[in-house]
Amino acid sequence: MIRKILCKGYLAVLLLALYAPIAIIAIFSFTEAKVLGNWTGFSTRLYQSLFMGGASASLIKAIENTLSIGLLAAAISTLLGTVSAIGIHNLTARKRQVITFVNNIPMLNPDIITGISLFLLFIAFHFSQGYLTVLLAHITFCTPYVILSVMPRLTQMNPNIYEAALDLGATPAQAVRKVIVPQLWSGMLSGFILSFTLSIDDFAVTLFTKGNQGMETLSTYIYADARKGGLTPELRPLMTVIFLIVLILLLAFNLRTIRQSTNKR
Amino acid sequence: MKMTKRSQWALPYVIFLGLFVVLPLFLVLVYAFQDRSGAFTLGNFLKFFSTSEDLHTFVYSIEIAVITTLLCLLLGYPAAWILSNPTYNRSSITVILFILPMWINMLIRTLATVALFDFFSAPLGEGALIFGMVYNFLPFMIYPIYNILQKMDHSYIEAAQDLGANPRTVFQKVILPLSMPGVWSGILMVFMPTISTFAVAELLTMNKVKLFGTTIQENINNGMWNYGAALSLIMLVIIGLTTLISNEKGNNAEQGGLL
Repeated sequence: MIRKILCKGYLAVLLLALYAPIAIIAIFSFTEAKVLGNWTGFSTRLYQSLFMGGASASLIKAIENTLSIGLLAAAISTLLGTVSAIGIHNLTARKRQVITFVNNIPMLNPDIITGISLFLLFIAFHFSQGYLTVLLAHITFCTPYVILSVMPRLTQMNPNIYEAALDLGATPAQAVRKVIVPQLWSGMLSGFILSFTLSIDDFAVTLFTKGNQGMETLSTYIYADARKGGLTPELRPLMTVIFLIVLILLLAFNLRTIRQSTNKR
Repeated sequence: MKMTKRSQWALPYVIFLGLFVVLPLFLVLVYAFQDRSGAFTLGNFLKFFSTSEDLHTFVYSIEIAVITTLLCLLLGYPAAWILSNPTYNRSSITVILFILPMWINMLIRTLATVALFDFFSAPLGEGALIFGMVYNFLPFMIYPIYNILQKMDHSYIEAAQDLGANPRTVFQKVILPLSMPGVWSGILMVFMPTISTFAVAELLTMNKVKLFGTTIQENINNGMWNYGAALSLIMLVIIGLTTLISNEKGNNAEQGGLL
């Protein structure tokens, strides 16, 4: 009994420590004080100014960039990843091994190396850096995860149903759309959510590929802001909101996976 | 015929991988061995080994990474064990709560740590740096160890108990050896990002402490691309070595488990 309390207590203390910093930001997002840690009474003014246009134009622009890059990168990666996964699945084992190895590199490489290597690529070919290069970089590190989530569905799929659809008179395009895609759907959705989370979360790769034309995403904006010393108070409600969004996305993602695995059982 | 057609669907991605994964890494290698004019040189590496500040930062970063990894292991292993033990924890939500911080922006987590230290008016510095690193990377240690303990066949433990082993022996001779692959991948998942991190150290120590990642970033930002590429290559070698060692240890432990 005592052991049980000790063990549960240990988990509770660790969780408390893990969430304390975020909790403090969330609590102090409801007060107006410029400096964090100063409680000047309950107020939702920071939220109002964040969402009602009181925040600076550059912050709004950074949020827009983050969301549009996140959605575009996730959509393109899902498309590219799914098509490639079908292709890779139909390759000979040897070729498949080589591609899988290269596909693993962006997942294993530290962010800073991915960022610098892409930076050097854009420099070497005199490609001017900005929105497009960030988007390309995000597609580079998101697509491997899409392939990773679509691949298992392909392996589980009966290889003959595509042929069956063709025999029954479907055109190849119809067969893919009506037979293969529905089977891959859940893997594609997982890949999309994962890519979106990875993209809005990224800092290092974005920093090296965003160029110096003033293109910012949220993380690079926060970084620049923190380096100037002291955070803009509006960032406190913003971090709280981001945290909640990521929390909801991940809970949804994980509960889906759990439900699927229990269904299988 | 149809099969070859569908295998061609991989072609665009093969080109994409070549352009955005293989070529960039190759460029790191090329830039590292070139001087500003593009001629072959070993000068960038000689510069690293003769600049005592950069060399010192490099060694210091490894020290910090080792300390962080050890602390994460010390704190994370018991947590993973409790999480995987059905007597103490049945809910998968608790597990998700432990893994979740992995997905929250590193900068936000770091700034939150700074806020926590400000809140308790604790001074920022080396202590804050190590706390922040452990806080940032602890989930990466817990997750792989939890995963392997979760999948472990409990009949091994029962067999050991039936043969008269006390709990300590069961842990030492059965649970720990079987969980070693998870421990090694946890070490890899903590050590790699700690050694390559940047920005985190500046924010947690008010620019008092510099880590190797920051050195690389500064050189790239200041237009010293060749030297920056050489430093990146050195980091890649360290990371490659760590991966090799942990893969080997991980596999050995797995084989040991099968015997």
